[in-house]
Amino acid sequence: MEYCNCFESPWPADELLMKYQYISDFFIALAYFSIPLELIYFVKKSAVFPYRWVLVQFGAFIVLCGATHLINLWTFTMHTRTVAIVMTTAKILTAVVSCATALMLVHIIPDLLSVKTRELFLKNKAAELDREMGLIRTQEETGRHVRMLTHEIRSTLDRHTILKTTLVELGRTLGLEECALWMPTRTGLELHLSYTLRHQNPVGLTVPIQLPVINQVFNTSRAVKISPNSPVARLRPAGRYMPGEVVAVRVPLLHLSNFQIHDWPELSTKRYALMVLMLPSDSARQWHVHELELVEVVADQVAVALSHAAILEESMRARDLLMEQNVALDLARREAETAVRARNDFLAVMNHEMRTPIHAIIALSSLLQETELTPEQRLMVETILKSSNLLATLINDVLDLSRLEDGSLQLETGTFNLHSLFREVLNLIKPIASVKKLYVTLTLSPDLIEHAVGDENRLMQVLLNVVGNAIKFTKEGGISICAFVAKSDSLRDPRAPDFFPIPSDNHFYLRVEVKDTGSGINPQDIPKIFMKFVQSQPLATKNPGGTGLGLAICKRFVNLMEGHIWIESEGLGRGSTATFIVKLGIPAHSNDSKLPFLLKVPGNQIKLNFSGLKVVVMDDNSVGRMVTKGLLVHLGCDVFAVASGDECVRAVTSEHKVVFLDVSMAAVDSFEVAIRIREKFSKRSDRPIIVALTGNTDRTIKENCRKVGMDGVILKPVSVDKMRSVVSDLLEHGYLVESQ
Amino acid sequence: MEVQLQRSYLEYTNALFREGFLDGQFVQLQLLRDDSNPDFVVEVVTLFFEDSERILNELSRALDDQNVDFKKIDANVHQLKGSSSSIGAQRVRNSCIAFRNFCDEQNVEGCLRCLQQVKQEYLLVKAKLEALIRLEQQIVTAGGVVPTLNEFS
Repeated sequence: MEYCNCFESPWPADELLMKYQYISDFFIALAYFSIPLELIYFVKKSAVFPYRWVLVQFGAFIVLCGATHLINLWTFTMHTRTVAIVMTTAKILTAVVSCATALMLVHIIPDLLSVKTRELFLKNKAAELDREMGLIRTQEETGRHVRMLTHEIRSTLDRHTILKTTLVELGRTLGLEECALWMPTRTGLELHLSYTLRHQNPVGLTVPIQLPVINQVFNTSRAVKISPNSPVARLRPAGRYMPGEVVAVRVPLLHLSNFQIHDWPELSTKRYALMVLMLPSDSARQWHVHELELVEVVADQVAVALSHAAILEESMRARDLLMEQNVALDLARREAETAVRARNDFLAVMNHEMRTPIHAIIALSSLLQETELTPEQRLMVETILKSSNLLATLINDVLDLSRLEDGSLQLETGTFNLHSLFREVLNLIKPIASVKKLYVTLTLSPDLIEHAVGDENRLMQVLLNVVGNAIKFTKEGGISICAFVAKSDSLRDPRAPDFFPIPSDNHFYLRVEVKDTGSGINPQDIPKIFMKFVQSQPLATKNPGGTGLGLAICKRFVNLMEGHIWIESEGLGRGSTATFIVKLGIPAHSNDSKLPFLLKVPGNQIKLNFSGLKVVVMDDNSVGRMVTKGLLVHLGCDVFAVASGDECVRAVTSEHKVVFLDVSMAAVDSFEVAIRIREKFSKRSDRPIIVALTGNTDRTIKENCRKVGMDGVILKPVSVDKMRSVVSDLLEHGYLVESQ
Repeated sequence: MEVQLQRSYLEYTNALFREGFLDGQFVQLQLLRDDSNPDFVVEVVTLFFEDSERILNELSRALDDQNVDFKKIDANVHQLKGSSSSIGAQRVRNSCIAFRNFCDEQNVEGCLRCLQQVKQEYLLVKAKLEALIRLEQQIVTAGGVVPTLNEFS
């Protein structure tokens, strides 16, 4: 403020200037006073302002300035000294405050400025977050789209629908112009356009698979941007505008075999399909990353969905196949049943129809045989008889076997004479055996009961079959039949390990062994022997009769009799042994009356003339020797009795028909004598029949006698009748029919 | 007269069988007697007597020895057993069987006892047989036929 040295004339000429100054000062003061008021007002309004002290200072500064200007108003006119003092004070204060304020501002303004920058920074951040939020939202939407797409895709198991849906949904989600799927052809050398979204292209388009762009896409699992000009992308007719960006992604085609248990399918599969997506051509859109990711995810899902569809197709096909097979099997079963029924009916008819004429032929031929015939006629009739018998046997065999198989065969049980059964079999066998010059020995164990309960006919059939086979396959030597009661240790046979027969009080097990010195059997063939229609003899035999059913039937019968049958052979040329064990019943009362005075009169009391039959008797016991000699003399034989082995061997000539050796001698080994006698005569026809006399019922004696080749064993004491029958048997058969 | 003789012969024979002195083997021997060989039974029986006496003497001698030869004894007993069973002398045979058992056991005491037994039985049967033969001869001299024993009532 300057002292104005001008006149105090309140309103001089330049009082206009003064007036203006006056007014300006007034207004300045007003402003100066009102500004702090405003400041206070607004600061009071906002609670945030941190610099109140500054404001106060500022307010003070302004108030004082205002005051100064106000006081300046009074200085325009004459003013008193107080006014001057007040003016001065005001100015001083104002100076002080404004300096203080200036100083303070130096500190404050940078702060204020930084607040501003922070504010700017936050604003930027907010903008960024906004952007990101926008992105996330977009992604979430994408995810939603994917889920929806997947849902759509996976909601169907139909391959076609899956692919179609994929394209449609993708097109919709991403707003595509065109979407296409190229599938590999069967040959795998081309890609074939299978599905498109807009159906604007011929579907038969193919593209070779070895294009570089395709390889590029197939080599990565990511979606790849490709040029719109590549053959796979040239799907739209050339538009006026730039074609939109094209992206291609591979879709692995998984097969069932790609799924291992432990690892997720490795993409070692070579087959891919190609999905091509085109953005609209006249938009400036670009492929965003999230869109590409969406496409990749969708491609994977499609792959899985397709494989599921494929699995389903497979299983449906398999099920259909199974159903077909079931139907076929059912049909086959029905046909088989029909066939079996037809066969049974046929057999039932055959049973009767075929047997009748055969029996007629056999009966009439037998009758014819009895009449007078010329030799040629007789021969013819015999042949007819033989052939018809064979035929009858054949029919019976086949019928029996079929009945056995059906299980309709039942055994007939009855009491029969076991011993006479064996005798009968022997009688039947002896003609053939003697023709072939084979010896047949029969040994019945002494503890074998005479009568047994069982099916006599079938047992005889089995025995005949086995013995017949033995004879058939033996060219020289002979066969030996042994029958005895099987004890529990001999029942257990290593060849039949699961056969555990247990004899009881009502039953016993009969064991029969038929040994032959024939051609033997190859051990490999043994299992086949009991099979139907299999003949083990490749060589032609003299009588190649037989259907090959015999042993099969035997086996069935033996099994029905709760037994077991088997054959052993050491090999070709080493003979064979057929053994069977059958279960027979013991009749209620035993029939053995062994009263010595009740002589059983044999059925055929043929008094054979033994007169002059030369025999040798060897016994070192004089009484015994005399008795035996007397017996034989009584029967009419010419007996030469000796007391020692040497004498015996010396005395025996080819004229002697029978040699009786007492084997109970202590000093002499009768077995040795027997062997020496046999050796003495090389020809079978010269050799006398050798019979052992023993008082010992031990089985081993009989075994030994048989082993050294004796033809029979007689148990002492010998009655006249027994001796008679023994000698007649010996002469008739050449061997002893039974040993008693 | 012959009938009487025959009847008493049969009774005697029956008694012998019942008492076990003879068994069915003797019957067989009887059967062997025919026209060509009328003395068959006598011959056999005589031979039996000779043989048995010889064997019994042997046995006595053998058992008197210091070192008893059981083998030899067994052989002899075996012979005697054979002869007696050939002729049908049942009791003699049975005692021979017992004798053999003691022989196996090598029991001298037992053997001696058995020997006594056998001797006894032998003498008994010898007497019986001699009587029987005498009866037969009587029948024959009387002109009858010795009845053959076919069956036993």
